[in-house]
Amino acid sequence: MTAPQVEVLLQTLIAGLLLGGLYALIGIGMTLIMGVMKIINLAHGELMMVAMFIAYWLFTLLQIDPYVSVFIAAPVLFVIGVLLQKFLITPVLKVDSILPENQVILTVGIGMVLSNLATLLFKSDYRSVSVEYASQAWYLTDYWKDAPIELSLSFAWAVSFLIALVITAVLWFFLTKTDTGKSVRATAQDLHAALLMGVNVNRMRMLSFGIGAGLVGAAGCLFIPIYYLYPALGGQFTLIAFVITILGGLGSTVGAIIGGVILGIFESMTATYVGMGWAPVGRFVIFVAALIFLPGGVASLLRKRRVGK
Amino acid sequence: MKRSLPLIILGLLGLTPLLGLSSYIMHILIIFIMWSVIGMSWNLLGGYCGQVSFGHAAFFGLGAYTAGILYHHAGMSSWWGLPFSIVFVAGFSLVIGFIVLRLRGPYFALATLAMGEVLRVSAENLTWLTQGDMGIMLQQRTWVGKVQYYYIILGIAALTFFLVKKVIESKLGYYFVAIREDQDAAESLGINTTFYKTIALCLSAVLTGVAGAFYTNYMGYIDPKVVFALHDISIVTIMVVMVGGVATYWGPAVGAVIMILLAEVVRSIPKLGAAHHTLFGVLLIVIIIFLPNGITGDFGRLKKMFGLRNGADVDKLKRLLGFGRSSS
Repeated sequence: MTAPQVEVLLQTLIAGLLLGGLYALIGIGMTLIMGVMKIINLAHGELMMVAMFIAYWLFTLLQIDPYVSVFIAAPVLFVIGVLLQKFLITPVLKVDSILPENQVILTVGIGMVLSNLATLLFKSDYRSVSVEYASQAWYLTDYWKDAPIELSLSFAWAVSFLIALVITAVLWFFLTKTDTGKSVRATAQDLHAALLMGVNVNRMRMLSFGIGAGLVGAAGCLFIPIYYLYPALGGQFTLIAFVITILGGLGSTVGAIIGGVILGIFESMTATYVGMGWAPVGRFVIFVAALIFLPGGVASLLRKRRVGK
Repeated sequence: MKRSLPLIILGLLGLTPLLGLSSYIMHILIIFIMWSVIGMSWNLLGGYCGQVSFGHAAFFGLGAYTAGILYHHAGMSSWWGLPFSIVFVAGFSLVIGFIVLRLRGPYFALATLAMGEVLRVSAENLTWLTQGDMGIMLQQRTWVGKVQYYYIILGIAALTFFLVKKVIESKLGYYFVAIREDQDAAESLGINTTFYKTIALCLSAVLTGVAGAFYTNYMGYIDPKVVFALHDISIVTIMVVMVGGVATYWGPAVGAVIMILLAEVVRSIPKLGAAHHTLFGVLLIVIIIFLPNGITGDFGRLKKMFGLRNGADVDKLKRLLGFGRSSS
């Protein structure tokens, strides 16, 4: 490989890793909901879109930095998640119907309402926040004068990635060290056993849907300095979250992180070496391959090697 | 009476064009019948066999593109799309079935969703074959007017209806329902579930593909965003069945009427652009919570909700209209 080729490869890897870290945050939210409730939340990306609009308006109207609005949007999304679980999903879990996929279709309906309400309210324009650091970057040659190749690291991408790492660490602490977190994991593992042990399963469901929504809300705020916003972007991110969940293994947080990074790198590779337009196809190829060849996802490999849960 | 009801309805629908309706009304009727066809074919796979597909746009779009590509590249009349889409979509569904039918429940749903999206993105990118986002335009419509299209789609719908009815009332249909109710139990009774699921998928895909080929002929223009649309085709297909009634003969038609009327009414109100999708979403949520088996499937519940106490009359009406779950 010549120097420019190495440069492109390394740059692609960096971009993929940073993207993967953000993807992981979206995936963890999804995997938590799927693990505890055993349903696919097909409104996941739309919830992220709602958070992005919150961050957008906070910035446009009140000049609040998107990274600060994580602390506003995530709690708001948490409340939305709890309410959705309480008033829409729980009733449907009890209803007797021919098709058990009713809950999934219900979340499709929720997603449709959210994205089309956003279209009605804000039109389908593309928007972005104009923070001044969005275009800043660090260059390798600034620090190493005689570097044979040139690499750059976008400031906004790096900060978003770091915040995503912090949030993931906090979540990990919550799930493994606190009583409530342990109850959530117990509910995910075995609903009936958890019920017998005195876990308030219904509350755990509400909590996990809320946390899942909150996480994707935080991800939305982290995405907005580096991505543009339009009402229909949700569907794409729902699918991304789902691919990560399958790739990582249902309900596995570590799996979701690894899955997110794999997907991020794979996507930026596809974009660089095959073509921008083909990235979604690569995504689904990974998805179907994981379903067929690795049904338990990365988590099943980890379990085999006896590396944690 | 009940046995001949489909024939009566077919006869009435066959006479409708004689009323000399406006071309707008004829258009609505044609679209309504087309959606009934798609809904009935989805119902065969999703309602009776229990395999909920989120990717019927893949079959619809493939059928549409079969006609479009044959016209564009081989100069054949796009009517050849109808027979060729049967062959092509059937082959495709067998290959896809091999991959997705081993998955269950939500996984199957998502795998089919991925299938639809892969085809859409491929159609957008394979510009040498599909013209990409430019789409394919047909310029060959000489003799065919709204009335002819109406009779063609009505014929397709009648064939679909009687095919679905035949299949469901045969042994095949009982196998489908057995697989839906408990796949493991069906397997243990010696039913080759993969084989029967493949049949259901193939039939459902082919019928949807034919509707797609018809769409190409009727609209005269296709592009990937329209015929492979996730929301406008795949999800609306599910909604047509969910709203009308899962696993009922008349459900898809009832659902199609409601969906199309809703869309048209909202569209006629200016400044509401995307509102019909919002309403679709609300309708879907309300239906799933209150009438999980759709309007025809949960007719009894609906009746109770509106306080229709005089059960005898309603029952008679219901029997007359052939409503109610007919999984047997």
